[in-house]
Amino acid sequence: MIAPARQRPGWQSLDSAQLLLIAVAGMLIIGAVTEVGAVGLRDSHTAVLFGALIAVGELLRMLMPGNREVAPIASAGSLGYALLLRVGSEPATHSALQAVTVTACGTLVGSLPHIAVGRIPRLDATARRILSPALVAFIFRPMAHSSLRHHWPSLIAVMALTVMLACAAEVVAAATIRAEAVRTRFGIALGDEIRAKVPLCVASGATGMLIAVSTFVMGPAALLVFTAPILVTQVAFRRFAGIRATYLQTVRALSQVTEVGGYVETGHSRRVGELAVAMGRELGMTEEELLELEYAALMHDIGQLSLRDPIPGGATVLASPSEQRRIAGLGAGVITKTGLLDEVAEIVRRQAEPYRAAEGSAPPLASRVIKVANAYDDLVGASSDRDRSAAVIERLRGDSAAEYDPTVVEALGHVVDRMR
Amino acid sequence: MAGFLGEAENHAYRRVLGLAHNLVGAALRGLPLVAWAYVCAVIALAASCIGLSSFDGIDWTTLAVLAVLSVVCESVPALLNSANARVSLSYSAGLASVVLLGPVGAALVGASAIVTGRRDIGPVKRLFNGAQFALSGYLAGVVYSAAGGRTGKPTDGSFPGIITPYVGAVSTYVAVNLVFIGVILVLTKQEPMWGFRWRPLGQLAAGQLAYGMFGLLIAAPWGVIGPFSAVLVLMPMLLARWAFEQTRAQQQAHAATIAALCQAVETKDYYTRGHSERVSRGSTMIARAIGMRPERVGAIRYAGMLHDVGKLGVPTKVLQKPGDLTEEELAAIQLHPMRGLEIVREIGFLDEALAGIMHHHERMDGTGYPMGLAGLEIPEFARVISVADAFDSMTSTRSYRAACSTEEGIAELRRSAGAHFDPELVEAFIKALEREGWEQPEPVAPPEGEEVETTQQDHDDPSAPLRVAGENVRP
Repeated sequence: MIAPARQRPGWQSLDSAQLLLIAVAGMLIIGAVTEVGAVGLRDSHTAVLFGALIAVGELLRMLMPGNREVAPIASAGSLGYALLLRVGSEPATHSALQAVTVTACGTLVGSLPHIAVGRIPRLDATARRILSPALVAFIFRPMAHSSLRHHWPSLIAVMALTVMLACAAEVVAAATIRAEAVRTRFGIALGDEIRAKVPLCVASGATGMLIAVSTFVMGPAALLVFTAPILVTQVAFRRFAGIRATYLQTVRALSQVTEVGGYVETGHSRRVGELAVAMGRELGMTEEELLELEYAALMHDIGQLSLRDPIPGGATVLASPSEQRRIAGLGAGVITKTGLLDEVAEIVRRQAEPYRAAEGSAPPLASRVIKVANAYDDLVGASSDRDRSAAVIERLRGDSAAEYDPTVVEALGHVVDRMR
Repeated sequence: MAGFLGEAENHAYRRVLGLAHNLVGAALRGLPLVAWAYVCAVIALAASCIGLSSFDGIDWTTLAVLAVLSVVCESVPALLNSANARVSLSYSAGLASVVLLGPVGAALVGASAIVTGRRDIGPVKRLFNGAQFALSGYLAGVVYSAAGGRTGKPTDGSFPGIITPYVGAVSTYVAVNLVFIGVILVLTKQEPMWGFRWRPLGQLAAGQLAYGMFGLLIAAPWGVIGPFSAVLVLMPMLLARWAFEQTRAQQQAHAATIAALCQAVETKDYYTRGHSERVSRGSTMIARAIGMRPERVGAIRYAGMLHDVGKLGVPTKVLQKPGDLTEEELAAIQLHPMRGLEIVREIGFLDEALAGIMHHHERMDGTGYPMGLAGLEIPEFARVISVADAFDSMTSTRSYRAACSTEEGIAELRRSAGAHFDPELVEAFIKALEREGWEQPEPVAPPEGEEVETTQQDHDDPSAPLRVAGENVRP
């Protein structure tokens, strides 16, 4: 998990945008199922095949960095059914509502095994996976029966545009929910979502279109055959998500070496990491920047390992400025040895510099955040005493403008207020 | 179209399959005469195949599109899977052309491999590559037609009848391709004629067959949407390639970060610098020698690296104490595997790696710590790490003695096998040492001028057990 959402009990964990989305999806499903129940399922054979593909895709759903639940194969199946024109020589005549019904039923069936083993689906993600193909179906189904269907180039263009539109809608919905959940600006959340979602959206969209087109020549076998490329994609992305998660766990775990060695107080690195990420988010940093910030914050005291004797109490804020810089430099040296984390090393190197340096440019924002978070945790520690933390923030404010960046100290104030 | 990605751990495979590089080198430095003759013959055969055929009825637009596609895919090398096989997506284009264009068209598309954007391939290799892919395509086309496949854009009547001829075509394509590569490997003496190692080629073939099947996916909707089908099929594959690359970058960063942090932990005592890294390497050697699965080898690499991270929790003055240890101090040292476990417990490694870290000081006779497990009760990872750990300690300089030679280290391992170490693992390690060698650390001299504070006893050193006050020796 890169950015764990705040843990809140029960229904409170649903924000208003999420509730709205789930309600819309729920009503749409009820409407669609009722309608289909009244008029009956058209071409039930194909409908069942697509439903099965969607169910399998839902079963294989995965978590991407940032706790994003995705099911590329299910999405490809739903899009394929929404865009379907002809199976073999039979024209596909199903309505948009039938497409919604098939998607919903497939998703439900595929979710059952997850629920059986106690993995509760994220309702908002599920709603998005149903609504996005529904949008495609409502736009495209009427056209599938129009005269347009004889003109291939424009039909393909319309397909591509519709899929892109649905993808954009899904990204915007996800960004709205995310902005609310992790308290960041919508613009930032949108950028994060685009980076995280678009590759998989493209893969699902392309596969959906292929399925829809290939059923012309291959009949229902196209479903099976064209799942192969996206299966490879899914495997690749799953491994990527896995290694990202392991990496973060490793850095979190190994950041404890300074604690075990008696250099800093127990829990210091982790608390500074959490605080820094919360402040960074408050200051409008993107997800990639936050990840680097978290790595740097977790490893900010690694330089102390090179000291012969630990600083008394481990609090670098009490060490002399030159000593602080030396530790920061040593830590950056360790991180530079990885040869791959140069930005993180730079953040760690400059964490001890005052905000208003006499010469040179101000340190990067991430360094300024770590400086404030570190000072706060050195002075407050694990204590939950409100007066103490208020006094510390006051003290940091007093030092700000010269030593600490005032906006960063304000961000700390907001974050600490919320944590109480 | 087929090459191999050489990983450091896979140098043997690279030697076999890194034809792309080796052939160029060989060509410039004098290819054996018979190999020259072979290369010329292949090129001539391909040229005559193309030259003597009639080009009637070839759809030149489709041909051009597929050739361009093939060249583009060839120029961006693609990662297929973790087996380090690199089969570029141009394979799909080559096989799509078998269906859409027939033998001659497929040969022309295959010959387009002569123009590739990759600069690491010399002219002779390009010509040979183009020629052998042309021949592969031609023969695949012939097989496809002979098996009853209809050349041209598939229509709604083509399926499922097209599948059998197509599978025949893919198999032919892959087999012909591999035979051409195999012969050149033998002729350039990179592989012996007898005892040719087929396993790496088998992995390559699996990847090629998979990519070859995508050719049918490109061909199937071609009649409906034309070249756009190639875009739609290759898009997910290119994204997968991107994700695989990202994964590799993250894996590298992960390994590098662990190594850097372990080094930082070691900076306290320059006699043990590099110890973690070498134990990691030694454990990996043993793990490979006893045929562990690759993911377990990966896990033991990390476990070896992190095995002593808990030593940080042992007060420095205990580690550096010159005289005999008290019972309490010994207990503090013996606690370090548990401390290590506490630190790494939350990392999502295999549980085996955790067990390896926790039990790496157990002995086969049950007198080790922290649990006093004996024999096969000790987890396999721990038995492996224990051998590599002791060996590196003995062959490194310590403040109280010089380093043993590798031979002395091996002799000591053999002596303690059974009581301390698992004899099978010791033998596996010795074999691996003979095969791969061992990089002994440079003898360290303490920095001059500084007050020297170093470890006076090494808990890893089986040749000099820890001395405890009031007792003789402790394991």
